[in-house]
Amino acid sequence: MTTTTPEVPATATAPVPTAASVAHQKLTSPWASFAAIIIATLWTIPTIGLFISSFRPEEDVKTSGWWTWFSSPNVTLENYHEVLTGSDTKLATYFVNSIVITIPSVLIPITLATLAAYAFAWMKFPGRDFLFVAVFAMQIVPIQVTMIPLLKLYVDPPFGLPQLAGKFWTIWLSHSIFALPLAIYLLHNFMKEVPGELIEAARVDGAGHVRIFTKIMLPLMAPAIAAFGIFQFLWVWNDLLVALVFGGGNLDLSPLTVRLAELSGTRDNDWQILSAGAFVSLIVPLVVFLSLQRYFVRGLLAGSVKG
Amino acid sequence: MRDAENRIWSREGAVRMRSTKARRGAAAFAIVVSASIVLAACGGSSGGGGGGGSAGGKAPGLAKAECAPIKSVMTEYGDLSGKHVKVYTSVVAPEDVPQKNSYKLFESCTGATVDYEGSKEFEAQLVVRVKSGNPPDIAYIPQPGLLKTLVQTTGKVIEAPKSVVDNVDKWFGEDWKKYGTVDGKFYAPPLDANVKSFVWYSPKMFADNGWTIPTTWDEMLTLSDTIAATGIKPWCAGIGSGEATGWPATDWLEDVMLRDNGPDVYDQWVAHEIPFNDPKVAAALDRVGGILKNPKYVNGGFGDVKSIATTTFQDGGLPILDGKCAMHRQASFYAANFPAGTKIAEDGGDVFAFYLPVTNADQGKPVLGAGNFIAAFRDAPEVQAFQTYLSTDTWANEKGKATPNGGFVSANKGLDVTNVASAIDQESVKILQDPNAVFRFDGSDLMPGAVGAGSEWKELTAWITGESTKDALSKIEDSWPAS
Repeated sequence: MTTTTPEVPATATAPVPTAASVAHQKLTSPWASFAAIIIATLWTIPTIGLFISSFRPEEDVKTSGWWTWFSSPNVTLENYHEVLTGSDTKLATYFVNSIVITIPSVLIPITLATLAAYAFAWMKFPGRDFLFVAVFAMQIVPIQVTMIPLLKLYVDPPFGLPQLAGKFWTIWLSHSIFALPLAIYLLHNFMKEVPGELIEAARVDGAGHVRIFTKIMLPLMAPAIAAFGIFQFLWVWNDLLVALVFGGGNLDLSPLTVRLAELSGTRDNDWQILSAGAFVSLIVPLVVFLSLQRYFVRGLLAGSVKG
Repeated sequence: MRDAENRIWSREGAVRMRSTKARRGAAAFAIVVSASIVLAACGGSSGGGGGGGSAGGKAPGLAKAECAPIKSVMTEYGDLSGKHVKVYTSVVAPEDVPQKNSYKLFESCTGATVDYEGSKEFEAQLVVRVKSGNPPDIAYIPQPGLLKTLVQTTGKVIEAPKSVVDNVDKWFGEDWKKYGTVDGKFYAPPLDANVKSFVWYSPKMFADNGWTIPTTWDEMLTLSDTIAATGIKPWCAGIGSGEATGWPATDWLEDVMLRDNGPDVYDQWVAHEIPFNDPKVAAALDRVGGILKNPKYVNGGFGDVKSIATTTFQDGGLPILDGKCAMHRQASFYAANFPAGTKIAEDGGDVFAFYLPVTNADQGKPVLGAGNFIAAFRDAPEVQAFQTYLSTDTWANEKGKATPNGGFVSANKGLDVTNVASAIDQESVKILQDPNAVFRFDGSDLMPGAVGAGSEWKELTAWITGESTKDALSKIEDSWPAS
């Protein structure tokens, strides 16, 4: 982003404020704060409504809006009880499945993508640009197009490889496959930004690729990796489609979202417990997001804006 | 995350996209293949059950008294201990509990284990799984149209064994067998059923006001006028159902088509031997409009005619409980939508349902309904044994007993009405077993998906909100796929 701002030359003297301080001043004005508070309130209202709904009894939920709770505050834990114990399989099983699915599905693409990004950014080999563009272009392949062919490969693998269907492998693999193009692209852009002098200095000191990668790149890339990690975590945690298609046929592989999708019953006549279900499944991503959010914004900007 | 991807892409890659299209395809293929090779190597072997092979030995339950009713299943298929049957259905918790309980007799007598999986994405997922070679052993298919598609496009559905055919010939009518048959071959016996030709009402409200249950369509309209004169809107309806909004309206049209023109014309209409905008269909839809688009009659408890389109079908009949509406046409399964504690009974109940009256006495007693069909995808003794078990009268009665809160109906002639729990289910079973009843399957489930699960829903919703009968029917006719 290099927009020319004539009144702020690069070597500005004292009386001329820098772009950063102008932005700082404008954003901290009372009006800006006021607007931010209004927006934050508006954006939070639906979540508050959902939260209140999750504690209201079935009849109230079905006959009146959540705002009427303030005039007739009936509170019940029935919805949460139903969510936690309402099916043959314990909710904890789905919870554990979600975790078992999510962690490798985040770690596998990150590991592969940081290595690939390093190679694309700092190693010279024939066909590098072509390969990078090919990886980049794969972002536009829609998941839905790949489903049946990919599942066919899992069920009936070529070259006499063992069959994979019916295991966590298929879900981990699929998530990794779908995540890699974006991961490589984001991390590559971030890595490209590291000044070349740093790498050269390390070379002069006798460092090879492995040492440069582990001692220089990995520490510098921590925010970007964390940002992508949150991205991928939220995507996998909230995913229903991949789990249904590739884990299909086996309740032992079903994550929380599968249970959530079926919470309201065969003909949707139990929809009052959906709000409680939403909150139960929201806890983990919320904790992850809040604890890592500063990386989230920083890494996001680093990767995407300076392409 | 996909949003972010798209944004990045559209900002930076639009130009490059065109030049790399061909290469992208090749590279995508290479990477997917190589990734699966690398990781497949680490996967270890899978435990996929082997199909086929005849199970020898004697079934563990052969000597037990409670297993006597399914002796023929046990003697034919032998010992099935350790075998698994994977069942895939659209019935999810908590309604799946009666299903699972009704398999217990089979499991203890034959030794096989039934692995039950329910999913609300069943209809889409089943096609994906069958096409990719990962089908369940048994699936309960709710639409004969879907069964036909699966048979014709995948060829993976296994023909029913003789034991199943014999059961169906013995316990079900010819019309039911027809819906499980594709191109002259019988594949899928019926599992359960529901009756759609019902009008829900409040027996208390009717008794208090001295209203009587109408037996002809004209009597029903007279009653509607009487009720309207008291200031109550006599009818309430809701056709909202997410992306399937409009389906309750198709049931109205089918019910009236069946009543006005009889089963033969109905079959022609469903098979597109007469056009969708035939004058007979238009007359039927206008008859429906006489109620649903009559501002004097609807929409009790909700508002004007247009509110029918925005009210969800789950809520559609609830105003009956508050006395704001007198009648609601909906299937037997609507019983589950009334809140817990509602008394569903003919005498002094809060709600009950009567048979939707006939319009034309010459056409007998038509019944519109739907149901699930049991399709098998694996040729193995345990799968055939289970399919056979489900088609017996024993299972129907077991299922009735396992469903204490109601919600199970079957057209199985061997089902004892006293084994069915709720009053409305008993009424449904009686209607299905009535020798004068002419059963027809829900037409929109038999039509091609583009019509029965597409334009018909959409156009009938538009019709409710003001489109003319002629326009709506012509548009549906135009959408019928050429073949």
